[in-house]
Amino acid sequence: MSPRAAWRLESIGFTDVYDYVAGKADWGSFGLPLEGTVGPRAGELARVDVPTCRLEEGLQEVRGRVRAAGWDTCIVVNAASVVLGQVGRRALASEDDVPVEAAMTPGPSTVRPSITLAAIVERMSKKKLTCMILTHSDGTLVGLVRRVDAEAALGAATSDPAASSGG
Amino acid sequence: MPTPIDRDRVQRLLSEGAQLVEVLPQPEYEEEHLPGAINIPLKTLDAETTRRLERERPVIVYCNDYQ
Repeated sequence: MSPRAAWRLESIGFTDVYDYVAGKADWGSFGLPLEGTVGPRAGELARVDVPTCRLEEGLQEVRGRVRAAGWDTCIVVNAASVVLGQVGRRALASEDDVPVEAAMTPGPSTVRPSITLAAIVERMSKKKLTCMILTHSDGTLVGLVRRVDAEAALGAATSDPAASSGG
Repeated sequence: MPTPIDRDRVQRLLSEGAQLVEVLPQPEYEEEHLPGAINIPLKTLDAETTRRLERERPVIVYCNDYQ
């Protein structure tokens, strides 16, 4: 649609016209602000301090680091911060010392920061998840949203409709 | 000829004073839009509706995605 609009503007006489072809889906997927009537978005609750580790690290070392930081999960990323897997509570609770690659859950489900709180809460509830990973559309890590945080924020937004207005 | 641009270029152009136009229908615009964007739906785009745009400033158009 936007290419046709750009050409139409030129036909009307505008000479300096640009087409942001990836549009607002791309904008929102990178956690950039959007305005409008849609409620609060998951990106606002992203815990960017979630621990990360690499495939080649040892589970024992990662376990110590994650526990010290007070977390019970760790996101496996590569050098470009692309999410490759997740080391969950069960793997962290075991005493195994294997490479992260052997202990992780590969290809965890992720969502974009622009997903609404209502949608992410529904998805976590449906899949019985306690948290969800947020990534940009290129697969790079944004952070983690905990269900308890999302439910609390959604409850607050619902009880105060003004708080759910994006502006 | 219109120039296709990416997100980084959009941000640069906006900081330089470009105008931003969402060309989706009004309900979709109201639901969510980029900060500062005005709405001129494609179906209504003509000399009259673009009168609010300044011709000497760059104009960036967008919709939802590659559609």
